Amino acid sequence: MSIERQVIEIIAEQALLAPSDVTRDATLAELGVDSLGLVESIFAIEEAFDISVPFNANEPEASEFDISTVGSIVDAVEQLVKEQK
Amino acid sequence: MKRVVITGAGTINALGHNVPTTLQAMQDGVCGIGPLDIRDVDRLSVKIGGQVTGYDEAAHFNRQQISLYDRFTQFTLLAAKQAIDAAGLSFSGDLADRSGVVLGTSGGGLNTQDENYRAVYEEGKNRVHPFIVPKLMNNAAASHVSMQYNLRGPTFTVATACASSNHAMGQAFALIRSGMADVMVTGGSESMLCFGGVKAWEGLRVMSKDACRPFSATRNGMVQGEGAGVFVFEERDHALKRGAEILAEVAGFAMSSDASDIVMPSKQGAARAIAGALKDARLAPSDVGYINAHGTGTAANDKTECAAVADVFGAHADRLMMSSTKSMHGHLIGGTGAVELLACIMALRDGIVAPTIGYEEPDPECALDVVPNTAREATVTATLSNAFAFGGLNAVIALTAA
Repeated sequence: MSIERQVIEIIAEQALLAPSDVTRDATLAELGVDSLGLVESIFAIEEAFDISVPFNANEPEASEFDISTVGSIVDAVEQLVKEQK
Repeated sequence: MKRVVITGAGTINALGHNVPTTLQAMQDGVCGIGPLDIRDVDRLSVKIGGQVTGYDEAAHFNRQQISLYDRFTQFTLLAAKQAIDAAGLSFSGDLADRSGVVLGTSGGGLNTQDENYRAVYEEGKNRVHPFIVPKLMNNAAASHVSMQYNLRGPTFTVATACASSNHAMGQAFALIRSGMADVMVTGGSESMLCFGGVKAWEGLRVMSKDACRPFSATRNGMVQGEGAGVFVFEERDHALKRGAEILAEVAGFAMSSDASDIVMPSKQGAARAIAGALKDARLAPSDVGYINAHGTGTAANDKTECAAVADVFGAHADRLMMSSTKSMHGHLIGGTGAVELLACIMALRDGIVAPTIGYEEPDPECALDVVPNTAREATVTATLSNAFAFGGLNAVIALTAA
C-alpha cells in the first residue's frame, strides 16, 4: 500500500470518515480531527512507518512537520520515511 | 445542618453487573471468587480473585472511549450510569454547579501502567500511546463522570488505600451536609487484577491461595476483587421535593488515624472511628443492628476489628450482626466500601442481612455473630460500614432506614 493511502486511512479512522472522503487538500479542522485526534494520528503514523515524527503539541504550527493539510502530512511522512530508512 | 439521603445506586463487581443481581447473590451466599484469567497468571503464586467476568468493554464503549478509559474508569462509568438513572436526575444550570463527584480509588489506572511498563521495559518499545497519562491518572474516573453528566461543582478523587471509597463518601456527605453541594455522585472503583497488581500484593504474604474466610479460625488471608460502587447522595429536602425514592439516610461519618504503623491495624484507631460515627449520627450503640465489617480475612484485621467492636458496643456487641461480604466479592481495595454499602442498604430496606461465607470454625478472638454462611432476615434500622486502611486510616459510615 502506498504511503499516501496509509496516511489517509489513519486520518480517516480518527475523523470517523471513509478514506474516500479524505482528500489531499482537506485540513484536519475541516475533517473534524481535534488536538487529541491529531496526537493520536501522529502516534499511529509513527507506529505504521516506524519513524519518529518531529511534532510538539504545544506549538503544532511551529513544528517542522507540516500539518496544514492532508497532502502536506503525506509529503512530510514520505520525506521522513526516506530520511529515516 | 442539612440531612443527606441516598437516591441512586449502581455497581459492577464479581457478583453481578448491577445492583439487583449483586444483592441477590449476597442473599444467596454466592462466591464470586474464582481462578484469575489474566496474562502471565502461571507466574503468580496467588491465582484467584474476585474478577468481573462476562465483561466485554466493546459492548459498552467505542474505540475512542476505550483509548481514554482504563478498566477502573469503565467500571465507574457503568456504575454511575445505573445510579444516576435510578435517581432520575439530570444536571443543568444551578443544579449542575451545585453537584459534584467524589470517588475513591487506590491504584487508579493500574492496568494501563502495567501494560505500558510491559511495552517499554519487557518488549523494548520506545513509544507509548499518547493518552497513557490521562488514562492512568487517579482522577480520570471522577473527571469522566463529571464530563458525561455535566457535574460542575466540587469534584476530586480520594486515595486512602482500602478506605478510599468510605473516605470519598464521607467527603460527599460533608459537602452536602454543610450546604456546599446539593447532589454528589460518590463511591469508588478499583481494577488491580493484573500481573503487576497481584504480584505486588503477593509480596506482602497476606493473600490466601484458596478462599477468603473472614472471622473463621481457618482463615488464611485476603483475596483481591475488582469493580465499582457508585451512589447518588442528595440533600434530603431536595429529594423529598421532587418525590425521589430514598434508599437510606446517611446519618453519620467519622474518620481517624492510628498514627502508629504503616500496615498493622490498631484497635484504638478503629474503635475511635466506630464510636465517632455513632456519635456523629446521634445513634446509641443499641440502635445498630448490622455492621458491614472490613473483615479482610487476615489474622491481623479480623481480631483487631472484633476487639474494637466489642470495646465500642459492650454487651450489645453480642446482639448485633456483623458480616464480611468480602468473602463473596473479594477485597475491592479502593472501591470496597462502596460495594459493601449495598449490603447495608439491603439490610435496611429489604430486611436481609448478607452472610459471611466460607465460615468453617469459630475463632475465640472473633466471637461475634458474623452471620455465618447463610443470609438472615431481620429488622434493621441502623447500620455501620467499616473500612480500615493500610497506613492506619479508618473511615466508618452510619446509615439509617429511609
